[in-house]
Amino acid sequence: MSIDLNQFHAVFFEESQEHIDTMEQLLMALDLEEPDPEDLNSIFRAAHSIKGGSGIFGFTALGKITHVMENLLDQLRNGERHPDTALVDHFLTVLDCLRRILDQYRGGEDIDWDEVEEQVKALEAILNDGKSTPRTSATASSSAEPDANADNDAFGFFDAPEEEPAETADSSGSGDSENWGLFEPEPQAEPSGAEAPDTEAAFGFFEDPASATEPQPAKTASAASAAARPDRSKAKAATPESATIRVGVDKVDSLINLVGELVITQSMLKVLGEDPDNLDTLKMSTVLAELERNTREIQESVMSIRMIPVSFVFNRFPRVVRDLASKMEKQVELVLEGTQTELDKGLIEKLVDPLTHLVRNSIDHGIESPERRREAGKPEKGTIILGASQRGGSIIISISDDGAGLNRGRIMAKARENGLPVSDDMPDAEVWDLIFQPGFSTAEQVTDVSGRGVGMDVVRRNIQQLGGRIEISSQASVGSTFTIQLPLTLAIVDGMGVAVGGQTFIIPLVSIIESMQPPRANLKRLAGSDLLHVREEYWPLLRLAEVMETQARSSDPAEAIVVLIETSKRRYGLVVDELVGQQQVVIKSLEQHYKRVPGAAGATIMGDGSVALILDVESLADIVRDPIVEEEIV
Amino acid sequence: MSDSQRSAESDESQVTRTDVREYLTFSLGEEHYAIDIMAVKEIRGYEAVTRIANAPDFIKGVINLRGDIVPIVDLRIKFNVGTASYDEFTIVIVIQIHDRMVGIVVDGVSDVISLSREERRPPPEFGVAFDSRFLVGLAKVQDHMVILVNIEALISSQELGLVDAVTQEAGNGDS
Repeated sequence: MSIDLNQFHAVFFEESQEHIDTMEQLLMALDLEEPDPEDLNSIFRAAHSIKGGSGIFGFTALGKITHVMENLLDQLRNGERHPDTALVDHFLTVLDCLRRILDQYRGGEDIDWDEVEEQVKALEAILNDGKSTPRTSATASSSAEPDANADNDAFGFFDAPEEEPAETADSSGSGDSENWGLFEPEPQAEPSGAEAPDTEAAFGFFEDPASATEPQPAKTASAASAAARPDRSKAKAATPESATIRVGVDKVDSLINLVGELVITQSMLKVLGEDPDNLDTLKMSTVLAELERNTREIQESVMSIRMIPVSFVFNRFPRVVRDLASKMEKQVELVLEGTQTELDKGLIEKLVDPLTHLVRNSIDHGIESPERRREAGKPEKGTIILGASQRGGSIIISISDDGAGLNRGRIMAKARENGLPVSDDMPDAEVWDLIFQPGFSTAEQVTDVSGRGVGMDVVRRNIQQLGGRIEISSQASVGSTFTIQLPLTLAIVDGMGVAVGGQTFIIPLVSIIESMQPPRANLKRLAGSDLLHVREEYWPLLRLAEVMETQARSSDPAEAIVVLIETSKRRYGLVVDELVGQQQVVIKSLEQHYKRVPGAAGATIMGDGSVALILDVESLADIVRDPIVEEEIV
Repeated sequence: MSDSQRSAESDESQVTRTDVREYLTFSLGEEHYAIDIMAVKEIRGYEAVTRIANAPDFIKGVINLRGDIVPIVDLRIKFNVGTASYDEFTIVIVIQIHDRMVGIVVDGVSDVISLSREERRPPPEFGVAFDSRFLVGLAKVQDHMVILVNIEALISSQELGLVDAVTQEAGNGDS
């Protein structure tokens, strides 16, 4: 039987890439004093999977290296050898080499066999060193190790498997519901556990515990059973490539369930609609409410497919930090926070370069050398915290270090040198902003890491292109924090429909504090502007009818509705005729066929097919006249 | 135009390989205009638009064209021809130029005509509502004159203000 193996190559490359990433992460996190056997097993299995696959497809170079690597790893996990920093370092260089070979195979280039031989020799040297009896690959996978806890291999993605409860790995024989690397802390007792003892094949890949160089067909049966098992933990997995997206089975399952519900609702509506004369309005409204809920859930479900955790970017940084820190002879610890914060896939991919630059900057410029840190009374090991969190409709990503902080004096001097307009009494924030100027670098010496000043302006531009912004806060000898704020960039917003002069506008719900019919007693007039006294504050009022050049139903705010708006600049009240209702709206671009409209963030299509403008409450804030503020200035 | 005429013309074009192009003719008030048919995406009736604040009066607003937000321009107001009235017979020609769509309101759509290079004469210098920058020529069809409009130049002109200056630059750069 001849099978065209080429169709599997892409999957193999992707999987191998993931296995390499996995090994790297685990090696980095390995506790050298007391290595977690489960970690060692996972590393071993990853190498083993690559070896198995490369054997089948004839990617001999990969197979050769992983074979020796596997032997070495086998010694480690059997406790015959103790890992040390040198060994981990060596493994990391081997992984780099594997990556290169993988790329060569992927790109159809010639393999650098010299390098392969070199790596194999180097590994064999370690293998034979201090080991009188190097073990052969026949022992690769001892039967005492249930392959069942191969869960991590199955999907190739996991974070910190050391958190995995030990009993899961050993006892249940499956442990596989952790496929996604997100663990439920409770022991696995589900009956499904027993039925899929070999989930390593979950993606049609190969596991041959006895002699891994011989190919074995994919175990589709177990793949199917793995796929059929919904995972209660939130699925978070996707590939770093832009062409495909790997979606958790549970996400797909929930989508299918929702579509099922939608079909039921649709048939209910059909039945109701067949007899319009005896329309049961109560039933009708119940079904319509159901339909609305269905639609919303499907929407969320579909959107979540595009969302992947930021750990996809963050996970590459431990290696970056490790390599750089040793190169710079600094001691740096990287702390990752909020790695499960989900962000649109497109955004995540574009974040890689700016974040890499910022992290490199923090190590190069921020963290001081151990001697200097000791002199300053700080621990010799510097800390960089890479964090992500969601705040309202935005994602906040921050990079903080406990280093020297930005040097105000030097930035000012450099700015003068570059002929930028600066003055000594500029606030810190404005001074920090200067480093985003093109060609700006204050590093005392240009290193190959950073200091050429080509970066920060590009970083800011990249982030602005994503619709975000970057801010710096810094304190001398305490450290600096770079904060990136990004929109969730979902194409759908929750909005409040308001009507003015017969036209409907949408106000994003996140900016609305409350809507009210203002009591006449609370309305004040000052310097030609209306003010509303509410919530122990005076809110300047903006008449939407004036902004949008239509005719309001009444010129008296007391007969209108005031929507209290909060923006980053100020708070104000928007005077509208009436509230139409809350709904989710799909943002459509006005610029695509027309141009930017002042006061509008975009447009949307309403239920009746008409177009409604979505208000840009931030830019409307600029035209609010606030007599109180103006008076203070006067 | 009869079928025989049309086929005769296409035969002729194949033989002589003259540069024959098809145009859509429409009327604005008393005048007849024609635009390159390749720029026409569709022809539809006038429907309610969503007004846009602070826009010139000839920009009637935007409509939803199968999910796209498309601006509607009334050329009758812009060029001061005819009377800008809207009823069930008012026609909107949706123009697509590169990736941008614009609807233009006209009094009526007449015909599709084929014109060879010889039939296209240079545009008049005056006597038309349009600025001569937007004209490419003049043609005699049956008993009346048809003015050929460079719709691309018109739509992307500063005068109509349908395009942000920046995007226009970018667009020019592309082309």
